[in-house]
Amino acid sequence: MSGASEAAPADRLAGLSRFTLVDAVLWGLRILVLAVVVGGTIGTLIKGRYAAAQWFDFVLFGLTIGSIYAQIALGYTMVYGVLRLINFAHGDIVMTGAFGGYFVAGALDRSGWLETHPVLAMIAILAVAMATSTAIAVLTERIAYRPFRRVVGLAPLICAIGVSFFLEQTFRGAFGSSVRSYPDPLWQRATFDIAGFHVPRIDVIVIGLALFFMAVLYVIVQRTKMGTAMRAVAEDGEAAALMGIDVNRVVVFTFTLGGAMAGIAGVFYAFLFKQVYFFMGFTPGIKAFGAAVLGGIGSIPGAMLGGFFLGLVESVGPALFLDGIGIPAPYQLRDLIAFTLLIMVLIFRPQGLLGERLARTRA
Amino acid sequence: MSLPVGLDDLLWTYQGLIQGVGLNGLLALSMYVVLAVGQLSLGQAAFMGLGAYTGALLSLRTGLPFALVLPASALVPAGFALAIGLPTLRLSGVYLAMATIGLGEVLRAVYLNADLFGGALGLSGIPERGGTALIYALLGLALLVLFLVGRSHVGRAMEAMRQDGTAAAVMGVDVRRYQLGALLAAAVLAGLAGALGAHVASFIGPGEYGFEPAVRILSFALLGGIGSPAGPVLGAAILTLLPEFLRGFADLRLVLNGLIIVVAVLFLPRGLLPWRMARRAA
Repeated sequence: MSGASEAAPADRLAGLSRFTLVDAVLWGLRILVLAVVVGGTIGTLIKGRYAAAQWFDFVLFGLTIGSIYAQIALGYTMVYGVLRLINFAHGDIVMTGAFGGYFVAGALDRSGWLETHPVLAMIAILAVAMATSTAIAVLTERIAYRPFRRVVGLAPLICAIGVSFFLEQTFRGAFGSSVRSYPDPLWQRATFDIAGFHVPRIDVIVIGLALFFMAVLYVIVQRTKMGTAMRAVAEDGEAAALMGIDVNRVVVFTFTLGGAMAGIAGVFYAFLFKQVYFFMGFTPGIKAFGAAVLGGIGSIPGAMLGGFFLGLVESVGPALFLDGIGIPAPYQLRDLIAFTLLIMVLIFRPQGLLGERLARTRA
Repeated sequence: MSLPVGLDDLLWTYQGLIQGVGLNGLLALSMYVVLAVGQLSLGQAAFMGLGAYTGALLSLRTGLPFALVLPASALVPAGFALAIGLPTLRLSGVYLAMATIGLGEVLRAVYLNADLFGGALGLSGIPERGGTALIYALLGLALLVLFLVGRSHVGRAMEAMRQDGTAAAVMGVDVRRYQLGALLAAAVLAGLAGALGAHVASFIGPGEYGFEPAVRILSFALLGGIGSPAGPVLGAAILTLLPEFLRGFADLRLVLNGLIIVVAVLFLPRGLLPWRMARRAA
């Protein structure tokens, strides 16, 4: 005990004056990342291996996948804002939505409706996906998260990890571990030609609808009574409860909004990659968490911004940074870039880009 | 079926299982030391993978004696733990948890794409070293050390941190140093388990060190409870042996891991072994 009590004042001094080991490690990491980014970019640009059309493709795909990350990140950030909980199972909520949409899409595909009535079919697919993921999100909150409402620390996060694993394995048990292919209607495969660039129609649909749904969500949170109550609970739960706000209803509403966005994101993700399987939610889920932290967790515009930023970096990054430092076939390294970005954000800027509120109240 | 089964055959048949119990026990202890200081790391599988790949590559490429390979396989994950832990331990526990998941995924992408690590095929033909006796010797040693540490003033400090980190810091416990020490110990234990596992299985692949094993390791520790180091080892033994008795329910096996975590935190916050270690009067 005595050794520990002696160390404390020395540590406080170290924070003020001395260059500590932590600082050394952090500076080493900063320099390494900067060297890869700058060196790689210069190398790639000198080599000039990529044409303008290829860069356009990278950016467009980045924005498309980024719009999906943004929608998923919204679920993390809203739940964190209201409950201070990292809903680790959110990626799997996305997966349940993709599965719900898959069964409708498959049935419509077999009957030919998906091809002949694209708008009606998409509405039906999205509605079922949103209903599925919302139901599971709300159920999860009721069963697994509500008992932890007043618990701080790691128990709620551990519980959420358990929920995540449970959902994955339940879907594996119910629908098998094989990858199922999503329907691929002709109208999604077509491309627009704009100023000599090929723009896949699916990209336009995904980005356009994602922006539309995010605008709807923003209006709900900013303009409706329930949205105002949500923001009040996020600001100060106890005070909101004293003012007569039904916190339970607000929490359920938050999970409903997040679940609905997750369902939409799941369908888009599945249409983009043309597959569904039980583990499909994990990678986009963790990446979207990174996007939410990047934007400042708890901040809704931050989550949207973070999602697009992460999508762009992981899509453009392999060609721009890694090709230049001589790494062959860098396209497979999108995940590497995304998760490295996640670690770097957690280390260097955990309060995020727009996260002053978090830094002020809970750092 | 009708052939008589001798004791040797029996041991040989169940050798993999017996080794599995020991290795999972080491991994459960690796999770225990982190949980015992009130932190959560989901990098145990990543540390195990680093140990496994380090050990396998050293054995395959250099022909170093196993007595040197094994410590090296513990040091490499410890280095990564230091790099991740130093910055993130200053923040709330969630950040370490998510950063360790990120580390696992980054490493998996590296194993999959770098020729050195054999890509998706992994590494095979790893020479057989160590074996059951060494696994259990190390497990016993780790248990003994953790038991002694738990009874010392360090153990008191750890428990204080787990209950309330701020209060512990106010009482003069250097919380961050203990947390970093615990993370390093966890990386060493997981690295040893990884290297030992690689040298008894003779094959390793990138899929074995992802998120799924990380969650399984967490469920070992939570089922057994973290009141004493014996809890996680018991949890690991139960969850390793249980599937052998539930062969018909292969699909349900992993659902069970998820359920155990949820049920354990909801209803059994102290695990199956709720008693705390006896300690000298403070």
